[in-house]
Amino acid sequence: MLVFAGMFGVIIIQLANLQLFSSKYKIMADDQGKFRKVIYPDRGIVYDRKGKVMLQNTTIYDLMVVPNKLKGVDTASLCNILNIDTAQFVKKIVELIIKNGRSRESIFEAQLSEEKMAKLSESMYRFAPGFYMQERSVRSYPYDAAANVLGYTAEVDTNFLKKHKDEGYVSGDYAGMTGIERSYEKVLMGERGIEYWKRDNKNRLTEKLDNGKYDTAAVAGQNMHTAIDIELQELGEKLMKNKLGSIVAIDPRTGGILCMVSAPTYQPRFLTGSERRKHFSQLYRDPSLPLLNRAVNASYSPGSTFKTLQALVGLHEGVITTDFRVSCSGAFYGCGSGKPMKCLDYGTFDLRNAITISDNTYFATVMQRVINNPRYPSVDSALSAWDNYMYAFGLGHKLGVDVPTEKRGNIPTPAYFNKIYGAGKWNYCSFRSVSIGQGEVDVTPLQVANEMAYIANKGWYKIPHIVDSIDGGDKYGLLTKFKVENRAIDIPDSVFEVVHDGMQGVVDRGTGMGAKVPGIAICGKTGTVENYIRGVKQQNHSFFCGFAPRDNPRIAIMCVVENSGRFGGTYAAPIVGLMIEKYLKDSITDKGRLDKVEKLSNLNLLPPRIFREMRRLDSLDHAKDSAYLIQKGYIRIINDTLEMEDEPDLDKIDADKAKETLKENTQKKKDSLLAVKKAEALLPDKKKKPEAKDSLNN
Amino acid sequence: MYQKNPVIGKGIDWIMVWLYVIIVTIGLLCIFSVEYRNNDNLVQSLLGFKKNYSKQLFYFGACLVLAIFILLTDSKLFTATANLSYLVGIILILATFVLGKEIKGSKSWIPLGFMNLQPVELCKIFTALALSKYLAMPETDFRKPKAQLIAAAIAFTPALFSILQGETGLALVYFAFLIPMYREGLPSGYLIAGISMSVLLVASLIFPTKTLLIAFAVIAVILIYYYRRQIRRNSRILFLIAGIWVFCSLFVGVGVPFVFKHVFKKYQADRIFSMVGVDNPFTDRSTADLGNAEEAKVKQRKSDQQNYNVKQSKIAIGSGGFMGKGFLKGTQTQGDFVPEQHTDFIFTSVGENFGFWGSSLLMLLYLGLLLRIVMIAERQRSTFSRVYAYAVAGIIFFHVAVNISVTIGLAPVIGITLPLMSYGGSSLLTFTILIFILIKLDADRQMVLR
Repeated sequence: MLVFAGMFGVIIIQLANLQLFSSKYKIMADDQGKFRKVIYPDRGIVYDRKGKVMLQNTTIYDLMVVPNKLKGVDTASLCNILNIDTAQFVKKIVELIIKNGRSRESIFEAQLSEEKMAKLSESMYRFAPGFYMQERSVRSYPYDAAANVLGYTAEVDTNFLKKHKDEGYVSGDYAGMTGIERSYEKVLMGERGIEYWKRDNKNRLTEKLDNGKYDTAAVAGQNMHTAIDIELQELGEKLMKNKLGSIVAIDPRTGGILCMVSAPTYQPRFLTGSERRKHFSQLYRDPSLPLLNRAVNASYSPGSTFKTLQALVGLHEGVITTDFRVSCSGAFYGCGSGKPMKCLDYGTFDLRNAITISDNTYFATVMQRVINNPRYPSVDSALSAWDNYMYAFGLGHKLGVDVPTEKRGNIPTPAYFNKIYGAGKWNYCSFRSVSIGQGEVDVTPLQVANEMAYIANKGWYKIPHIVDSIDGGDKYGLLTKFKVENRAIDIPDSVFEVVHDGMQGVVDRGTGMGAKVPGIAICGKTGTVENYIRGVKQQNHSFFCGFAPRDNPRIAIMCVVENSGRFGGTYAAPIVGLMIEKYLKDSITDKGRLDKVEKLSNLNLLPPRIFREMRRLDSLDHAKDSAYLIQKGYIRIINDTLEMEDEPDLDKIDADKAKETLKENTQKKKDSLLAVKKAEALLPDKKKKPEAKDSLNN
Repeated sequence: MYQKNPVIGKGIDWIMVWLYVIIVTIGLLCIFSVEYRNNDNLVQSLLGFKKNYSKQLFYFGACLVLAIFILLTDSKLFTATANLSYLVGIILILATFVLGKEIKGSKSWIPLGFMNLQPVELCKIFTALALSKYLAMPETDFRKPKAQLIAAAIAFTPALFSILQGETGLALVYFAFLIPMYREGLPSGYLIAGISMSVLLVASLIFPTKTLLIAFAVIAVILIYYYRRQIRRNSRILFLIAGIWVFCSLFVGVGVPFVFKHVFKKYQADRIFSMVGVDNPFTDRSTADLGNAEEAKVKQRKSDQQNYNVKQSKIAIGSGGFMGKGFLKGTQTQGDFVPEQHTDFIFTSVGENFGFWGSSLLMLLYLGLLLRIVMIAERQRSTFSRVYAYAVAGIIFFHVAVNISVTIGLAPVIGITLPLMSYGGSSLLTFTILIFILIKLDADRQMVLR
């Protein structure tokens, strides 16, 4: 009796020990018996302004294999289709067995090409049940255009995971890396679902835990409507073929970007699917930098396109009137005779004509008057006042466009000159070339296009943006800032009318006649931009910017062709003309105009240095090129494309460094406090849910 | 039922019957929970006899029929045929050496077509009957060593054959017959000696031999010092202490290493050592001398595999917690993590699905069954019935205690079933017959005096 009770007592004590007092078995059981499966929703679809799909999802297939079901599979014909030999086949299977076990499915070949897919699906029955297809969703581009605007998605790397710690990414996930895929990642990604599965002793998922009681459903990403006109974009890319440069067109009324061409570009579908890696390294090494979005991430001196703004400043400051005249006797001698700025046409011009024929001397004089205005006590304060105009026009700072990697450009500040020359040791003549858009001033193509929108609207702009609206609402407030009219300075319409007159003259009878489109009143301005690489003068950039029609403008546009040589009117102007015609008339029908499209498209204006680099790249080994590219700063640019955020906002630092550092310090403290709090809050959770190994998920 | 048919129902101990039915039903549910998956077609599986639970249900039905037959039998039959059936049992065991079908590495099965029969299982019944018959004989005086030896021979002969077949686990069950023998007056010295031996054995496994030898010497010296006055009066005590000391030292220094090296197979030795949580020091020298890392890894993997069953079993039971995960909701059970879960490790499904309260309840049911059997034993007027009842209690107790101890990691892995619950016709049949013969004997306790 006692023996029975005693033994049973011992058993019950051990039971209590196992079941009541040790939690380790529960954790071990969850580890091996449960599986947390992440369900990836489809990413959002992106439409152009006319509702055409620019970016969507298609299904591609992975060839899956279950090694222990391979008996009777027609290996020879499978190898034939996959272009491998039997030895490779066996090797691969053995590898997979080592990795995942015999009874568990593994990917035999990921992302089958269309050709293989077609061949396989005909004879799949011969390879079943050992082999089967598993679908997965990838991005597809019906127009194969706008690569740099749309961006690409890629598997997240450790860097990304570190930066987005609390957003639930795990390695193996895909995320938007560039373009709007990146800036609208949250919107497009949707909400991932989680399913809890039971797992058996061979690591197979058997059924949902408690019939899916704890599961959360995946919510598909939100669809987005953009301002892009995909046909205009395509035309732009066609015109910019074999050239370096970019075209940016904006709807001045909304700030919506109609097209954003960066040349050279690439076919976006190259960065999806099975050959992504190969294409990426090709693009990455290309010296013409196709992965760089030049529209926002390249900055140039604006050249003569800058003169329109100087006219506005001069008139609004009251240092000139519309009838103010300047004679050009060959050059600007306002700063003495040393290194004068030449003008192209001799004669005496009023403001309108000065814009029309792009007279250097005139605008050098205008800016001289602004800077030396007795209203301001010093050249410092005068330049600051001038800077404020430029900031109001959207220059010298990031506009805040919804495409990553935007550059801020540069507007020279008194602080800058104080640093270079010493306080009080500089005057207007130190930077007179800024008046005609050379020297210390830098702008991005987007800023120039936006500046055209500003002039077209007679004094305001909305921040340029790709995305107009998001289906299902703008949950994260990403679009709010695009609805605001920016009107920093009130300049009367009459001032703009004069500038418009001058700009219309440019196209009608001035330097930009190449942009002329019959029946449309276009206002424009050419720019021929001198530029240097490491001190060596290069071929001029060809600039043209403008808007149309003059009354109720619907498009503000800018085009730059890098190192094209000749003048702004030569290449950029006709391109802009064709773009305006396409957008405003919806199509180009005239035979002569169509011929012009072809002619421009076939024109090769790639600067010879690109070819030299290509040859260099071929001959040099890869390590050397990267060193060279780093030296040139290109690698950094590429890196920027890959990791856009967290770049310190230089504007603010310039504005008030001391304040900023103070702020930063406090912010850092807050951050570290937050981090501590977060860590505490996270720990127990993590303990509860041990990291799920999800090699099963795509 | 018994109102309609008083002939069968008369005197039957219904508590026993109900305990039997409840435990078998729980067993059926557990086997079902091990095998059933959510989308299985229940009707088809039940009718198809392809699934273990449907087969077990069939065996249960067959057993009930057999139980009714036993209840209808004249209880004199059992006493009359006890020796004959014992003989048949021994012959069946011997037959397995010729006819044996190999199942899971042991040849102790006889294929019968619809089921496989394990004679060692069945022989427990016959041994219980034969032992009862021998002890009930008026001329048996159990206090004499001769009777003790004969009784031991009856009890352990089948066990011996079983060991020869490599079924050590099943053989151990025959130790259960010590319980009725003890009740019938086996001197407690045997038990004390047995327990001391097992303590000694465990000690010799856990502690290094040298430490033990020194400890024995120290204990002997202390004892001699403590009993020095008595020793002066009676020198036999000195010899006794010295004898025990020499025996213990030889046992630890020579006996245990010899048995582990030459008698046990390596896997058995490993199992026993893994049970007490020590590496097996008596491994083959030739492989140990090679001693490279590769070898060590292979060994490690083997011992890991041996521990795997117990580890999984502990995980399943331990993850049940107090309330359990609910019927058919155990992740470990449904994921087939526990090997042999429907047979020897059936208790894990109780532990996981019903947690601590369910396991404890089951233990109480078994305890209730045992106490009831002991109660029945004590109300018998015949020695035969009493010995038989104690034998049944001993067998069931041994099975339950060892089986559950194995699943919760208290005992080394010994392949014996959980009575009435584990899947398998042989096991269920054996315990059904054991229990219903007891019920029949009990029902007839007033009728005859044997």
